[in-house]
Amino acid sequence: MRPGKRAQARRERPSTYTPAPGRRFNVGDRVVIKHAFPPGHRRTPYYIRGKEGVIERICGAFPNPEEVAYGFDGEPAKVLYRVRFKQNHVWPDYKGPARDIIEMEIFEHWLVPASGRAKPARLPQRND
Amino acid sequence: MSDTSFDYYSHKKHDHGHGEHAPVAGRDEGPPSDYEIMSRAMQELLEAKGVVTAEEIRRRMEIFEEEFPYRGSRVIARAWTDPAFKQRLLKDGKAACAEMGVDLEATRLIAVENTPDVHNVIVCTLCSCYPRELLGMPPTWYKSDNYRARVVHEPRSVLKEFGTVLPEHVTVRVHDSNADMRYVVVPMRPERTKGWSEDRLAEILTRDTLVGVTVPRVPVKG
Repeated sequence: MRPGKRAQARRERPSTYTPAPGRRFNVGDRVVIKHAFPPGHRRTPYYIRGKEGVIERICGAFPNPEEVAYGFDGEPAKVLYRVRFKQNHVWPDYKGPARDIIEMEIFEHWLVPASGRAKPARLPQRND
Repeated sequence: MSDTSFDYYSHKKHDHGHGEHAPVAGRDEGPPSDYEIMSRAMQELLEAKGVVTAEEIRRRMEIFEEEFPYRGSRVIARAWTDPAFKQRLLKDGKAACAEMGVDLEATRLIAVENTPDVHNVIVCTLCSCYPRELLGMPPTWYKSDNYRARVVHEPRSVLKEFGTVLPEHVTVRVHDSNADMRYVVVPMRPERTKGWSEDRLAEILTRDTLVGVTVPRVPVKG
């Protein structure tokens, strides 16, 4: 790879929230994180694999860290989502209130559409 | 570190007592690790090719310690005094910081707001991802296995250890900063700060309030 080529590609991205045309999911969609344990550099924490959550926002498309970690250019870029989970779903022994939540960034290829009927976690609003 | 002839590759044992200069960390003892050697070799190559100078690298490290740690407080103090700025910060953190002349470089920032009903706290369970261009270097506890493993699983216990006890009705919202975004908390502005200048507000916006392990407090007059 030519030095600076990727840095230049990053600079040319139009905004801090990069557009992600052709993405599979939208805000509010329920998803399950793949319950898979491939070797290598993965940004999907173990504790969240197999868990169900809701898309909180779309972060944009980013070079695939699973490739970048080994010196490849990370192209094609992968769509990155923020996913919200209920804590008492993530941790069956969770001691805090049922309203507590945890959110993290998950790349699209780790997501599958949820088929269950679990109620998605939501943030309390002032008029609740 | 003014001795420019310092030999990074010296494996020679010290021949004097350690009481004379206690090591900063245990890793300063013994031969350098493979990564230290690799990093040093890379720097020497970049210098030899004229890409960077040792002075530029030293200056960069200095900025990390002298300037970056104060940026976050300034940005959030502005958000406290300017509601329109706060909305822009919540919408696109990096663009809002740029308005203030704070260049976050490659960092993409998500600002998350504390409310009477929601308390945010930030962690990186995979390593120590942290908004360095906004808060400087992460504190030791932020990088510890203890904090990283526990704050996702028992956030209320961890917050209590930091002196932050949250009522049951408040939703604790943990952010695992595990990929490309970085996070900063917009704490609630305490009462009794009406009319305060941004500079004065920035003083109570400490690093830990912006990571979310504590909340800003107005010092009690003594």
